[in-house]
Amino acid sequence: MADPVLQLEDLTVRFHLKRGQLTAVEGVTLTVHRSETFGLVGESGSGKTVTARSVMRLIPIPPGEIVRGRILFEGENVLHKTDSQMRQLRGQKIAMVFQEPMSALNPVFTVGSQIADALRTKLGMSKKEAKARVIELLSLVGIPSPASRYDNYVHEFSGGMRQRVMLAMALCCDPTFLIADEPTTALDVTIQATILELIRSMIERFHMSLIFITHNLGVVAHTCDTIGVMYASHLVELGTKNELFAHPLHPYTVGLLNSIPRLDTRTKYLTPITGSVCNMLEPPQGCKFHPRCAHAMDICTQAIPPLREVAPGHFVACHLHT
Amino acid sequence: MSDYFLEVQHLTKYFPLNNDVISRLTGKTHTLKAVDDISFFIQQGETLGLVGESGCGKSTTARLVTRLIEPTSGAILLKGEDLLALPSSRMLEMRKTVQLVFQDPYSSLNPRKTVMQILSRPLEVHHLAHGWAAKRRHVLHLLRLVGLGVEHADRYPHEFSGGQRQRLAIARALAVNPQLIIGDEPVSALDVSIQAQILNLFRELQEEFDLTYLFIAHDLSVIRHISDRVAVMYVGKIVETGAVEEIFTHPLHPYTHALLAAVPEADPGKPPPRLTLHGELATPVDPPPGCCLYGRCPLATEICSQVAPPLSDRGGKHYVACHNV
Repeated sequence: MADPVLQLEDLTVRFHLKRGQLTAVEGVTLTVHRSETFGLVGESGSGKTVTARSVMRLIPIPPGEIVRGRILFEGENVLHKTDSQMRQLRGQKIAMVFQEPMSALNPVFTVGSQIADALRTKLGMSKKEAKARVIELLSLVGIPSPASRYDNYVHEFSGGMRQRVMLAMALCCDPTFLIADEPTTALDVTIQATILELIRSMIERFHMSLIFITHNLGVVAHTCDTIGVMYASHLVELGTKNELFAHPLHPYTVGLLNSIPRLDTRTKYLTPITGSVCNMLEPPQGCKFHPRCAHAMDICTQAIPPLREVAPGHFVACHLHT
Repeated sequence: MSDYFLEVQHLTKYFPLNNDVISRLTGKTHTLKAVDDISFFIQQGETLGLVGESGCGKSTTARLVTRLIEPTSGAILLKGEDLLALPSSRMLEMRKTVQLVFQDPYSSLNPRKTVMQILSRPLEVHHLAHGWAAKRRHVLHLLRLVGLGVEHADRYPHEFSGGQRQRLAIARALAVNPQLIIGDEPVSALDVSIQAQILNLFRELQEEFDLTYLFIAHDLSVIRHISDRVAVMYVGKIVETGAVEEIFTHPLHPYTHALLAAVPEADPGKPPPRLTLHGELATPVDPPPGCCLYGRCPLATEICSQVAPPLSDRGGKHYVACHNV
């Protein structure tokens, strides 16, 4: 576990929009170790996806801009790589699975030929080799009769099967690092269960590291070792799964956990977080959460709390815990 | 006469596919059995949660009950009166009793109308308020009811967040003083912290106005929270129904078991989600005879492929459609 693969240091990403400047990610610092599964949790617009896409350098520049920070992958700063070096990295070292396979896969090519295409350009395989390998991959991710499915188009697959195809494509060049961006959000629970199981087994089998992005705390509770909670562009809490669920410290994390209706007990009323997420074009001064926080103090309206280690491996960005 | 507030009997909706002349002549027509002979009831003041995966017929059921689409067969009794037999002149009156809240508040509110216009429209249709001042008073009252400030009355939908929009959609449903509100996945598009606010709002309104709810969701923890009784749907059929505690603590149908086991709970101490069924969701297009779960079910026997099991009472108004439990 001591071997860091990916380190983000003070990552800040800003978008220059017509309506103004939007800081989507601000000062995010985190480390993912080899064979670790890291869950990035937060609500819509909190900056999870932008963080992950920055690692792959998939942020459109302009309007985006990486204002500050370093992204070290295996010790090298991704931000200093040339475009051709990045193409080497994408797919072969770091692969990504997206939420919507229907829009991530090309509808006018068969799924088999799309994956084969990646193999031929990345690994220089012949047509025949590539096809054999694709069929192997499709069966690996649990697609029944892979040889005949090779020639199907995306629309001929169900939602769960499409996500399996996405995973097969992500795995095709043996990456060591996988980024899964809400891979199960569009799926029904029973299908979600099978895809989570599949991702877990692939991670173990190929000793990959994983960043798993989701808004579903239930999913991270069973998929990830370490969890980072994001709120309005900031990483507000970071810790091991057990620590975070047993002793959540940031008022936002506590609020999120209290908002979820539970399956085992029943209460008449839930305890929601009051208010709604701040407008990211005009964020409040100081801690972004203070307008919704029951414990807000004077200092919260003035200074952004830094992420501090309050227990071994448990970091919180809150003025309550200093 | 029925004692229930809403009673649905043998409700069925088939959609013909490939129904053009050539297909009919060559016998290549197909039938999508979206809702296949379902029966359920709701008592005054209670919440029936309808749960199931995408494509199981939940939304079609909601649309049938409000007569937004016409069923193939069946009966819908609202306070003992068959809605399907009502002349269109009396349908307007019925619509005052039953209101719908849709899933996506981004498409259910007209972007070109102000909140005032959106909320006063039902008042006009049902002749509930005359004159600008009366309508204005009513609209401001509605906004306060759903926890929005009166200063919002002259804004457009795009000025609101998702949660606030859903509050507006609820306010619109409340405008006509309905007795039954059908929520078609009303919290699915919302973030958890907002979802909790809206679930609380539904509950507060129910207490205040003695509302009856038909609440549709695919999220089992939401269903468990909001419902008094639950009906589980799978491929157009209700496979299990009963009191919420019964269903969640003693599920009987293999599909209900599978659904519950697949939910990842936000507690690392709980068992991880797993799937107890094999294969893919069955298709509602030309389904074979027999149980809809046949082929995926671990308990399946010979009879399951031949005869569709009827819902039968297992005591305490807990009904299950399965041959083997």
